[in-house]
Amino acid sequence: MVDPANTVGIPINHLALLKDELDIVIPTIRNLDFLEMWRPFLQPYHLIIVQDGDPSKTIAVPEGFDYELYNRNDINRILGPKASCISFKDSACRCFGYMVSKKKYIFTIDDDCFVAKDPSGKAVNALEQHIKNLLCPSTPFFFNTLYDPYQEGADFVRGYPFSLREGVSTAVSHGLWLNIPDYDAPTQLVKPKERNTRYVDAVMTIPKGTLFPMCGMNLAFDRELIGPAMYFGLMGDGQPIGRYDDMWAGWCIKVICDHLGLGVKTGLPYIYHSKASNPFVNLKKEYKGIFWQEDIIPFFQSAKLSKEAVTVQQCYLELSKLVKEKLSAIDPYFDKLADAMVTWIEAWDELNPATKA
Amino acid sequence: MAEINKNEVDIVIGAVNADLTQFLSSWRPFFSGFHLIVVKDPELKDELNIPDGFDVDVYSKTDMEKVVGASNSSMFSGYSCRYFGYLISKKKYIVSIDDDCVPAKDPKGFLVDAVSQHVNNLEKPATPLFFNTLYDPYTEGADFVRGYPFSLREGVPCAASCGLWLNLADLDAPTQALKTEQRNTTYVDAVLTVPLKAMLPISGINIAFNRELVGPALVPALRLAGEGKVRWETLEDVWCGMCLKHISDHLGYGVKTGLPYVWRNERGDAVESLRKKWEGMKLMEKSVPFFESLKLPETALKVEDCVIELAKAVKEQLGSEDAAFTQAADAMVKWVQLWNSVNSSE
Repeated sequence: MVDPANTVGIPINHLALLKDELDIVIPTIRNLDFLEMWRPFLQPYHLIIVQDGDPSKTIAVPEGFDYELYNRNDINRILGPKASCISFKDSACRCFGYMVSKKKYIFTIDDDCFVAKDPSGKAVNALEQHIKNLLCPSTPFFFNTLYDPYQEGADFVRGYPFSLREGVSTAVSHGLWLNIPDYDAPTQLVKPKERNTRYVDAVMTIPKGTLFPMCGMNLAFDRELIGPAMYFGLMGDGQPIGRYDDMWAGWCIKVICDHLGLGVKTGLPYIYHSKASNPFVNLKKEYKGIFWQEDIIPFFQSAKLSKEAVTVQQCYLELSKLVKEKLSAIDPYFDKLADAMVTWIEAWDELNPATKA
Repeated sequence: MAEINKNEVDIVIGAVNADLTQFLSSWRPFFSGFHLIVVKDPELKDELNIPDGFDVDVYSKTDMEKVVGASNSSMFSGYSCRYFGYLISKKKYIVSIDDDCVPAKDPKGFLVDAVSQHVNNLEKPATPLFFNTLYDPYTEGADFVRGYPFSLREGVPCAASCGLWLNLADLDAPTQALKTEQRNTTYVDAVLTVPLKAMLPISGINIAFNRELVGPALVPALRLAGEGKVRWETLEDVWCGMCLKHISDHLGYGVKTGLPYVWRNERGDAVESLRKKWEGMKLMEKSVPFFESLKLPETALKVEDCVIELAKAVKEQLGSEDAAFTQAADAMVKWVQLWNSVNSSE
């Protein structure tokens, strides 16, 4: 069994790394009590809270945090008709926070994620590790068997080509979860008691050409490098599918990162995931996704972007065309999704006119 | 871990040094019950020192010449002597560990049974087609994560299991010379499949493979001009690994990396090795674009055919870059011939 860390008494570091260059995006529907536990590590940073569900409800934010909060009314007001691309009644709405941020980096975390302990019992400062991951190069072109070569105590192994040791810029840092693992509904139903107690002390770059399931629970990225591709799709109310928002974004960003020569890392940091969502509810949401996935994966594995696509927006728009062309046959949903992808980029560019990406 | 059938395993040890007493004594708890093949480096003059109590067959230069002929025994000199063991073994799985390694301790302080871990890795499927963020999905306490396609959850056969090293990691001479005090103290508790098309440097220090599946693909081929008796002065395993990974990818098999760890001891001097002209670096630089763009013909369905096709491509595309590549290509062809002749007479 594994427990969350006790962070009482840990001092707040007011000289925290990148505190003026990073926004923390949190989607919530209930409350933000979990932030109390994160206070030592997160208080120096600005929060963007995206309130899903009933906009008339007031979300209490623990004292001392600097934040901006957006509910559905705000989203509709700010985006107008383009608000249609932002999901309702699903944590996918968090990507509105990415769009509205003005910072270089984003850290997003779910409101049922607490601070984890490393094997020595020490509280894990997940954000600090994410920042380390993002500021260090990635190595997608050749796998290093000692994992992150830039980590203290590690290096490139014998045989690793010297010309590839500089690495490339890191666009995404994908963290993991102790306690409740991120399983799909069928697995949850078969193994309701399984808990992840294995602390794997490694960060690694996911090789070029390899897709992975990106979980949005504990994720950080360089908004300037990849932001416009972090659209979390159409989920929740009025949509035939749920719990595939982060997956969809993950497949899109990986194809685009591979195309643009950017790196995606996975591994540390761990957070402690406290709540298991209802597997029966999850099954209903995921149901179509389980079948559609079988066609979606080959689509992304073979998706080729043109040489002319050199910005993230260009890549994303090309991808949306391919989605419309190749996936609409599966279900009219993909037609809508392709349109939403275009709307998202239009909205992004409107809100971020000087974006370098 | 699941019980393994010891009769399916050969532990092959390449003796580059004569005294194997300390090495074998330290591995006794984990080697006992297994059949060992010890192959003596044909260039080693001294008699081997092997402690009692092991089920071991020892092969030296004379044995090699009997099997492959006098002119071919040079193929098995130095660290490559172990490949002779791969050649003549009759078992399904091979586990090979360098003689400067002893069992490592896990974070709980228990000695790691590297043999069992390797065989377990080989017996369980690999998942090269999609990355599982919780690493090995078949291990106790883990599974495939949300978003992992169901059609890919059966996995594919595992061709090789590449282990790691605590203490002295397998770093190259320049790196170790620069960081003389650096020791690997991080125990990463994971086994993972290296994805399809991803290249990696496979180290021969702590490795296991399914001989029945991919035996001929482990080629003793690339020999550095100044190849020496320390790992810093070789690249044979890295080249072998590039070939093995490419062929595994082509045939739909998987290659795993991670656990088990071994504890690797001090031997040799990185700075000394640096003094030698380090051509390995140049050869690796040329190898990478070659393997990246290489496509084996779809008609190559058997491992032996893949090796032959690979050798052809090496000769054609890399032969003009360096004589070492031409020699490697020739060695690969010769290896397949030897493999077929030795293994068809059963």
